[in-house]
Amino acid sequence: MLKRVFTKEVAGMRQNQHRWYRSVPPLALIPALYLVFLVSAFFPLPSAAIEPPTALAAYDTPNDPGGSITLTWELSPNDRIPEIGEEPGVLLLTYGILRSPHPQTGFNEIDIVLPGISEYTDDTADDGVSFYYIVEARGDDRSTALTPVVGPVKASGQVFDTRKTVLLIFMILFGGSVLFLIQRARAGKELYIRPIPGLAAVDEAIGRATEMGRPILFVPGLGVAGDVATLAAFTMLGRIAHKTAEYQTNVRVPCYDPMVMTIAQDVVKSAYLDAGYPDMYKEDDVFFVTQDQFSYVAAVNGLMIREKPATNFYIGKFYAESLILAETGNIAGSIQIAGTDEIIQIPFFVAACDYTLIGEELYAASAYLSREPPLLGTLKGQDWGKAAMMILIVLGVLAATFGWNAFVDFFATQ
Amino acid sequence: MKREVPLIITMVTGLFLALQYYSPHRLSAHIYETLMDWLIIVGVFAIMLGILGLLRQHTDKLKTRERNWPYSIALLVGLFGMVILGFWGQGMGSPFVQAYFTVLNPVQATMFALLAFYIASAAYRSFRGRSVLASILLISAIIVMLGRVPLGEIIWPTVKIGSITIPGVTAISDWLLNVPNLAAKRAIYVGLGLGGAATALKVVLGIEAPHLRG
Amino acid sequence: MAEVHKKHWYEHMLAIDRRILYLFVFIAVLVPALFPFGLPIKITPEVQAVYDRIEAMQPGEIVMFPLEYDPSTAAELEPMAFAMLRHAFSRNLRVLACCLSSTGVSLVEDEIARVAREYDKEYGSDYVYLGYQPYPAIVIMTMGENFRTPFPLDYYGTSLDSLPMMKKTKNYDDVSMVFTINATSGIDYWIIYGQGRYKFPLGLGSAAVMATNYYQYVQSGQLFGIISGLRGAAEYEILIGQGNVARKGMDVQSVAHALIIIFILLGNIAFLVERRRARHLTEEA
Repeated sequence: MLKRVFTKEVAGMRQNQHRWYRSVPPLALIPALYLVFLVSAFFPLPSAAIEPPTALAAYDTPNDPGGSITLTWELSPNDRIPEIGEEPGVLLLTYGILRSPHPQTGFNEIDIVLPGISEYTDDTADDGVSFYYIVEARGDDRSTALTPVVGPVKASGQVFDTRKTVLLIFMILFGGSVLFLIQRARAGKELYIRPIPGLAAVDEAIGRATEMGRPILFVPGLGVAGDVATLAAFTMLGRIAHKTAEYQTNVRVPCYDPMVMTIAQDVVKSAYLDAGYPDMYKEDDVFFVTQDQFSYVAAVNGLMIREKPATNFYIGKFYAESLILAETGNIAGSIQIAGTDEIIQIPFFVAACDYTLIGEELYAASAYLSREPPLLGTLKGQDWGKAAMMILIVLGVLAATFGWNAFVDFFATQ
Repeated sequence: MKREVPLIITMVTGLFLALQYYSPHRLSAHIYETLMDWLIIVGVFAIMLGILGLLRQHTDKLKTRERNWPYSIALLVGLFGMVILGFWGQGMGSPFVQAYFTVLNPVQATMFALLAFYIASAAYRSFRGRSVLASILLISAIIVMLGRVPLGEIIWPTVKIGSITIPGVTAISDWLLNVPNLAAKRAIYVGLGLGGAATALKVVLGIEAPHLRG
Repeated sequence: MAEVHKKHWYEHMLAIDRRILYLFVFIAVLVPALFPFGLPIKITPEVQAVYDRIEAMQPGEIVMFPLEYDPSTAAELEPMAFAMLRHAFSRNLRVLACCLSSTGVSLVEDEIARVAREYDKEYGSDYVYLGYQPYPAIVIMTMGENFRTPFPLDYYGTSLDSLPMMKKTKNYDDVSMVFTINATSGIDYWIIYGQGRYKFPLGLGSAAVMATNYYQYVQSGQLFGIISGLRGAAEYEILIGQGNVARKGMDVQSVAHALIIIFILLGNIAFLVERRRARHLTEEA
């Protein structure tokens, strides 16, 4: 940043310095040139001692959106800090970056770079236009030295970021294995899923609400419709609404996000329709409250205290409000089932709820409740992914310990 | 068609967004930004929809004098009151900001402060040494609670006896948080990451579409 | 006649009315708040790292403060914001602030203006407040290109180009560090979409309950430091030698924690006695 501010200020000053030429009449240049000739005859300037940088290279900046060319060079021998007591000689002040669309003429300064820097990114280059570059070393004795011209170079945007290759490979491998296992499950392969108490208790909780003649409260959390936890909440809501329709029990869904509300309304309506009780659906049971965290909590808490629901489900994204909700539900005497992928909220739910779905257990809910082969196949795919991760972690630890850098570097992303 | 068209849109958009992450090209960034703009626009309309639903629900409650109808008056007064106050400007000292500092500010602070009371009662009920694992949880909880406050450093400081250092409660608490706690969290994160990716895959490929009618 | 069962002490303890607990917590909070006794506080490396980074900055450099919290978490985060702003202004750093939490906008404006007045700082030259825009993830990403994209005007409706401080300030490249004091899910956005994409030095101040989730990012180098809750704010107050709101709060927190621990221990003693007695009765039967 400092470099940028400094270079822009210097560039500005240079522009201002050059402006006085414009106000001088052309004829006045003749005596001025004569004066320069006389002075140089009596006081000759020392010969230019500064040396240019070497190995200048210019190339299209890799993995970028386009519009940029990168220059690299090796520092000029004069780009150094003299030792104490050493005769300093000519010292490098700045590097000037010169650019032109032609190889021979028309080079203009586009920026100035401080000593010690051997790379510059020209992000003013238009895509598809050929440019030629020169780097000019400028000494403290006003002497200058130019590198040879490099070019032509054209800027262009890349379609694929090669630094993310490893991620893409893993995405394809993981996606492929999930699809393969779904196919296998569809072909009739038996897949085991371990018991999850929180999900096993869903039916019991709905039955209890029916017996007590009280509603069920389903809180989809503070997430937006695109959050994976909210998607899992929709799945569970669909199953729960289906059951409540069969049991003739009401389910109330206060929503924090209006988009979540619209989808939740559709999910509940469709579940009632599938269960054969479309008339039971009341639009007001799935309603928007507010998009303010604690105002939402106040509204839900009020609902819990007034209506004393038999069962509360907290499924989705939850933040600091988790314990306030769950403890109020506990005071109201409701059975409570929670599930979230917000790890820091899990201890609060564990403390105040009867059952808690921890992290990915929430994502497994749809497979667990439906036992449909494609969903079970996806779960198996996750297990394969986890096994692969464990093996890679062990290999990574060994590689880092024994210095197998090629293995470690392969996984490095930027 | 009512189901197929949204499924196709979901698939195309989902696959594009998954692949867009790998492409730095301007065009890909431009499409991504356009999609984000759409998201904002849809969000704004959804807010309007939500507020209209809220209004309808509470005006109905008032009309039919449903149970707890006075709460609906409080809601409508709050909603319209703040909107109307907003017309007098929102700078310091304006009626809107006055209402913010004198009503919303203390009410929200109070709601959050409830946590102190609730955590006390929830911790009292749940931290019981019912089994070996529950006892480990109980002891860890006490150490971390002590380790986070200066009082812990006074009660249980780090002691040096010759070359042996007996760690204090803060050091043990930090170790608990940074080693076993972080290790478990990372393991859960790995599960969450894979679970999230698998769920996204299910939605994108239409294997499961909870957002499209169950 | 049925024998009236007289409840034992441990039965009372196990079935204690939660309102009694609430009363004790209320007293434990009120007493040290009224009569603070000033417990000594040790500085943690994560807070020291934040302090050192600000100390290392040169006058005139810009520090960006996204202050994203609302009145609910202000009690915990406001002392932190005051301490950080005081430190920045006392070192003549320039401050660029925003608030991506809709219900905290006025609160944050008031805080910045108050601290700026303490140090005679001028709006537009020494500090700028961008205010609020919805959808934090998108705002954070677009600020990486240009602050003017999400905020063509500042909070007061002035064009950013007409503010002296913003003339040469285009995006994150032009600020020396970003320190977000945050009690929202926006922390993840700052880490993933901000630091992850644009690679600026990022520090975090958050509510204690959230902070434990982010220490891993200090280990991975994505965050240069964390100030955690009131405790972190108290440490910062000590480091800069100003303010004592958080320090007083630490007395309150110490007593409240001690009270909860005592109750947990009493509850467990009652539980063990009850279990022993139940076993004894079963054996006798």
